[in-house]
Amino acid sequence: MWYGWTGNVLRVNLTRPLVTVEELDRRSAENFIGARGLGVKYLYDETNPAADALGPGNNLIFATGPLTGTGAPGGSRYMVVTKGPLTGAIGQSSAGGPFAMAVKYAGYDLVIVEGKAAHPVYIWVDDDQVEIRDASHLWGKMTTETESAVIAETHPEAKVACIGPAGENQVLFACVMSDTGRAAGRSGVGAVMGSKNLKAVAVRGTRGVRVADKTAFLAAVDAAYRKIDNEVTEHFHQIGTPGVLSIVKELGVLPTRNFQTGVNPDWMKLDGELLAVNQAARKKMGLACPACPVGCGRVSRVTVPEFRGEGVGPEYETIGLLGSSCGLNDLNAVSKANFICNEMGMDTISAGSTIACAMELYEKGHLSMDQVGLPLNFGNAKAVVQLCEDIGLKRGFGAVLAEGSYRVAKKFGHPEYHMGVKKLEFASYEPRGLQDQALAYATNSRGACHIRGEAQDLSLYGVNYWRVTMDRNLGPVDPLRWDDKPVLVADVQDWFCIIDSCGMCNFQFFLGMNEDDARALIEAATGIDMGGYRGLMQTGERIFNLERLYNLRAGLTGRDDTLPKRMLEEPLPEGPAKGMVVHLSEMLPQYYKLRGWSPDGGPSRKKLEELGLSWEGPSR
Amino acid sequence: MAKGIVIDISRCTGCGYCELMCSFMHHDEFNPLKSRIHVSIFINRSMAVPVVCYQCEDPWCAKACPAGALSVEKDPKGSTSVVKVLVDRCVGCKMCTLACPFGCITVTDGHAEKCDLCGGDPQCVKRCRTRAISYAELGEAAAAKKKSVAERLAVSFQEA
Repeated sequence: MWYGWTGNVLRVNLTRPLVTVEELDRRSAENFIGARGLGVKYLYDETNPAADALGPGNNLIFATGPLTGTGAPGGSRYMVVTKGPLTGAIGQSSAGGPFAMAVKYAGYDLVIVEGKAAHPVYIWVDDDQVEIRDASHLWGKMTTETESAVIAETHPEAKVACIGPAGENQVLFACVMSDTGRAAGRSGVGAVMGSKNLKAVAVRGTRGVRVADKTAFLAAVDAAYRKIDNEVTEHFHQIGTPGVLSIVKELGVLPTRNFQTGVNPDWMKLDGELLAVNQAARKKMGLACPACPVGCGRVSRVTVPEFRGEGVGPEYETIGLLGSSCGLNDLNAVSKANFICNEMGMDTISAGSTIACAMELYEKGHLSMDQVGLPLNFGNAKAVVQLCEDIGLKRGFGAVLAEGSYRVAKKFGHPEYHMGVKKLEFASYEPRGLQDQALAYATNSRGACHIRGEAQDLSLYGVNYWRVTMDRNLGPVDPLRWDDKPVLVADVQDWFCIIDSCGMCNFQFFLGMNEDDARALIEAATGIDMGGYRGLMQTGERIFNLERLYNLRAGLTGRDDTLPKRMLEEPLPEGPAKGMVVHLSEMLPQYYKLRGWSPDGGPSRKKLEELGLSWEGPSR
Repeated sequence: MAKGIVIDISRCTGCGYCELMCSFMHHDEFNPLKSRIHVSIFINRSMAVPVVCYQCEDPWCAKACPAGALSVEKDPKGSTSVVKVLVDRCVGCKMCTLACPFGCITVTDGHAEKCDLCGGDPQCVKRCRTRAISYAELGEAAAAKKKSVAERLAVSFQEA
């Protein structure tokens, strides 16, 4: 009997075409939990990691966790797991919303899409009934238009995940958009969907999710709930992620002009408080994903004629990259660019950072006006808005930028202007002033990512209730110290493998919850025994190591665990972290050693045996 | 004066926790379709609106019921007034679902189902962090609403 999990895997082969339902592998479920972990397990076992990310040999997996669809706080996440076309590494992008719930209520833990359709299609899942329908008439449509069209053709209660023109055109950082404005944003999962000719997945689910132990689950929910119900949560609810900006600028780590500095004197013009009052359709009042006590989302409205528009967002990362890093200190323009990215279906972080990279190339004379077609100085609002549209449609210079900043910087002879790791652009945290974030950027499986191991939460937000720090009696963590970071980053990465695999939103975990709360919820929902705190962390470590194996077999090496020259050699020019570089060469060997990896970054045979993993692949 | 579920639309985030908890408490599963309270979300208007049985004094559903399976139950102290389903009598004919102007009664698992205020301790209210739904004296709630409207009028009068 399955509790928490539904126990079913829906497999849709678009080439043949063939739809099958199979039972979820019990051992894999217990060892890899769900979402991120279970997704990478199935991908690793069933596909060749060295295959072309945009070829039919890559699978696209929509994965939920055992807590998705339950009343666990923030338990409404799904994870898109596939090989990332931007990075050539494992790609996992998560979003929250009713779509994730619907997949679970329709009765599936995983939806695995294989092969490639001969023409544009969408998949319509109505509980047990699954259809592959023609989508020729939807091809070219923007994401919100696609969503409403699919709902009109299927069922008013259908929930939709889809791609926009960026995904269709295989922009390397295209995302999957769901529930009007929620994005599984990073590593180009939308381009994979486009490569399969899959425009949308619509799901209606009418069944519920049951848990193994009702009393224990209710107690765990109430305990978690009490922890989350605090002032920080209320602030997050009112302002949303843009409120992070005022914390980040205190440490002088707000990316500015393609990470040339961490100090933006005009940060007030981009502040979250301003957004919540001036643009939010409802002042200081967030909208929530299902089952979320926080509610950090919002709809914004811009009335200035030049940038008129309306849509979900922008979030902090968007403001940091499309705004500050492009030298653009105008919230109206940033919001407009954000709306366009949402409609095109592409990652605002990579889009912003790629434009910023081109701006630096332009200002330093490596890129001419003739090549771009418009002046590309930092702060040119019109250019940013125009390029967002051009990238999505692969029009003019936009077609060049659609390849991401790594390829752009390399093409114009200055690879050092790419601000990212493993070809994935940095999120909105300057690594030189956050040594924890720096090491996590260098070593996270999907590249320079800020949420697959939020070690910076310890220093930036002063989170002090995770066992990662409590068990070590650590006080406040200093963002500029590097000697204590290898062990913290490794542990936080393992811990976040659990958060990302259970189906909950990670925000709950810097607003009050810790490892024990997560374990209580997972155990009560599924009925499994995770083996205490140690068992939980080992499960996390198993997931992280499997991602590592995937990456190594995809052709990545320890040499990819590095940062741009600017971060390693050029000291931050100003601000509270002035003079800092990233001490990667001190941290990385120590980190590998702690992980039980060789000096070139490969897991040892002993470590793999300990975790029940093997190089050879299929072991389930 | 009786107590009831009071809705403040201005506070609702659309998280649907009320739906999840309602279905879990009454059906042992998380399933919004089996919830007795419902939240509709209007993203483009940035609004979410919870709807639940208003516990009518003279309920349409009871009037329409041919089996006499619906009745108004008042506790002796007069602190609650609940429209209740007598499951033994209900034949699942769905007349009540046609009669209710608010769509707040459904037929699930063979018999009519609607909010019964969880016997005076509504579980949905317990877990609404923003207090968009609360369990309060209806008279006091109405008075509070009047006052809040009056306050807003006073402010706009000053501004004008």
